[in-house]
Amino acid sequence: MSEEKYIPKSKIAQWFDSRLPLLSMAHHLREYPTPKNLNYWWTFGGILTFCLITQIITGVVLAMHYVAHADLAFESIEHIMRNVNYGWLLRYVHANGASMFFLAVYIHIFRALFYGSYKAPREMIWIIGMIIYILMMATAFMGYVLPWGQMSFWGATVITNLFSAIPLVGEGIVTWLWGGFAVDNPTLTRFFSLHYFLPFLIVGLVVLHIWALHIPGNNNPIGIDIKQRSKDTVPFSPYIAVKDLYALLIFLIIFAGIVFFVPNILGHTDNYIKANPMVTPSHIVPEWYLLPFYAILRAVPSKLGGVIAMFGSLFILIILPWLDTSKVRSAVFRPLYKIFFWILVADVLALGYLGAMVPEGWYLFFGRLATIYYFVHFLLIMPILGFKEKTLPLPTSISEPVLDGKN
Amino acid sequence: MNASYLLLTTIIILLVAFLYLSWIFVSNEIENKDKSKTNRRDFLYTASYTLGAVGVAAAAWPLIHQMNPDASVKALSTTEVDISTIELGKSITVLWRGKPVFIRRRTQEEIVEAQNIKLSDLKDPQDDKDRVKKPEWLVMLGVCTHLGCVPLGNKGDYKGWFCPCHGSHYDTSGRIRKGPAPTNLEIPKYEFIDNNTIKIG
Amino acid sequence: MKNNYNFFLVAVSFIFFSALNLQASEKEISLLKTNWSFKGIFGKFDRGELRRGYQVYNEVCSSCHSISELSYRNLSEKGGPEFSVEVTKNIAASFEVIDGPNSDGDMFTRPGRLSDKFVKPYENIEASKAANGGAYPPDMSVLAKARKGGAAYIYSLLQGYVDAPEGYDLDDGVYYNKYMPGNQIKMSNVLSDDLVEYNDGTKATVEQMSKDVSSFLTWAAEPSLEARHKMGFRVILYLIILATLVYFSMNRLWSRIESKK
Repeated sequence: MSEEKYIPKSKIAQWFDSRLPLLSMAHHLREYPTPKNLNYWWTFGGILTFCLITQIITGVVLAMHYVAHADLAFESIEHIMRNVNYGWLLRYVHANGASMFFLAVYIHIFRALFYGSYKAPREMIWIIGMIIYILMMATAFMGYVLPWGQMSFWGATVITNLFSAIPLVGEGIVTWLWGGFAVDNPTLTRFFSLHYFLPFLIVGLVVLHIWALHIPGNNNPIGIDIKQRSKDTVPFSPYIAVKDLYALLIFLIIFAGIVFFVPNILGHTDNYIKANPMVTPSHIVPEWYLLPFYAILRAVPSKLGGVIAMFGSLFILIILPWLDTSKVRSAVFRPLYKIFFWILVADVLALGYLGAMVPEGWYLFFGRLATIYYFVHFLLIMPILGFKEKTLPLPTSISEPVLDGKN
Repeated sequence: MNASYLLLTTIIILLVAFLYLSWIFVSNEIENKDKSKTNRRDFLYTASYTLGAVGVAAAAWPLIHQMNPDASVKALSTTEVDISTIELGKSITVLWRGKPVFIRRRTQEEIVEAQNIKLSDLKDPQDDKDRVKKPEWLVMLGVCTHLGCVPLGNKGDYKGWFCPCHGSHYDTSGRIRKGPAPTNLEIPKYEFIDNNTIKIG
Repeated sequence: MKNNYNFFLVAVSFIFFSALNLQASEKEISLLKTNWSFKGIFGKFDRGELRRGYQVYNEVCSSCHSISELSYRNLSEKGGPEFSVEVTKNIAASFEVIDGPNSDGDMFTRPGRLSDKFVKPYENIEASKAANGGAYPPDMSVLAKARKGGAAYIYSLLQGYVDAPEGYDLDDGVYYNKYMPGNQIKMSNVLSDDLVEYNDGTKATVEQMSKDVSSFLTWAAEPSLEARHKMGFRVILYLIILATLVYFSMNRLWSRIESKK
């Protein structure tokens, strides 16, 4: 998708642009040809960018008041909540912002799964996106440790202990992660440092993610390549930008509703009890966005096996572009895949639900069933479907009227 | 702050009322006329931009205000000091709001020197009587008015204080006599609770 | 704009997901219900309730439970019990606060000031355990947020002392409570009718005192609640208006494209 070369009008701008083509880049971002049939599921990229920026700004500000020390962290959070001007607002936005971030990223990922956005020639976008997602989970997990409540402490203990499953070196790695013989002050300070650092790494990867996107251009609900640029695309600004903005505002209404009226609904009450290494809460659960993986971890009866299954469930996503053998991108034209897609959504939701339950009896049984299905979907159904499925005829272009109104 | 929110709400309500009325007005107008269409569009865009800008500004305020002194800092306003142990001609330094406060029990000699001076000779003319509550006790902030260093006691050309950073000389009343500092050492708000106790702040 | 309903789906699925999450951890017996003035979008604390609640805390709870994160000045601040500054100063001055060290290196006591934190009944957790048969009376700063059910839980717990069912094996120095997880609580039933005497003429029933102190503790855990509700209403109103404007702007813009077909 080559655009005509942009030449600034004024002499000064030309001088500047020929040395540092920022103006050309801005022009490219404005004029970037975008399929005109993008629906609202495509607005979550913009929403995610907003979430990332919000988290960084509120985070930097909170770090001005937060004290990363095992004896003072809990109290410093209360200091922020009670004394710092608008501290309660900043903290609730940051804490719930993480949840909103994950909500948006899950929708973004499932959109890509439905419309086949991970397929050639967009594999790099998908892989970078998955790395961002994994880094997001690491960042969120370490952020959750910082208030140094009971869930922080025991969550950190349980998750870092995952590494002890590694044969031979496991114990050593865990001690190294802790900087001691249990989760303690050294663990807290290093988590704070990394929690501050990783988001900037994510920013870098987001730039690459968007760069990689702008090479082949956007996928679209129909999933076919764009043939007539003039007819099938619109410039990003203002058409797509205003649509993204509208979607963002709706998203913000939900966000504000949570922050202002039920700010603790997604948190756990135990995290308002200061960390106590001598008392474990009766039931340890991670934040909701990690629950599906927690369910997979606990579904496998062996310690090492559970850890492998959990990391494997993420790795499978990275290699997904090569597991899907179908030539057709969008699920709109894949009647069978469409059904399996919704089963997968239900399966992941079920895993999330089961991750919050005590793994006993039927919960454990269904947890195992859902885990097995998760892997079957990606390792068996996806490759086989590509060969066996009878797809619907594809339209020749986005503006072809045959398929209008069929989403 | 409340005032600014009130203002914000008022602006929003006015804008909405304005928008709504013009929306009705414009949509009842002849729709095919290109000109009125353009007007409505322009108005819509302007209103959106304006309201958006107001919102961004309002959202920036908490981010700015969080750096102002917080409620617990503002509440810590007073310090009580026991001065019964200070000998004549000696001074102590106490911390108040994160800054050093000099409390000096001046000798008769120093008091006389501070009082018998022509105000016209001073860079920042101020009578010694205006700088103390009891002539024997001089209470002032130990922060040089030049760039905030802590001056040294019993030093300098005027037997008062001397700032080592850039060479400002203060006299026995803490007034600037020589050097780059523009004003006299500042007197904090304080009071004598009894003969032995000063409450600063 | 045919895909507007998608947002509805998003919202519903989100609520569904969080409801699942909540439900997942809530299976205890239902708590006692009462009208909490601070619930809901416009919820505010009842000043009288907070003031009486402070009295109950001060006269009853505070002999064992600390509220380490509250300062006396908070009692006069907006959105709280809103005692006058004079009254609050007197409250603060009625407590002996340890300060120091003085110039001799000794700690000394002085009357409390507005900026002082609430005086604690025990020096440290170990001392509180030693004085209470090994049980730590939890700090109440964020207690209302640290228990499932919040105010309703505290309210229920205080009224939940009943005789243990027959054959129930109760340990020594432990009491039976309907609402305590596990039913065994080390705190005895402290409230009884007319235990405190309210200045405003309210009858000090156990139910009344439970409600007052639960409200007070909710405020203590979340002093910004009223400010939060107020700002939330304004922010959401603003966002709805802006979204409406942007929606019409968007339709205007896209009408160019859609009519070009």
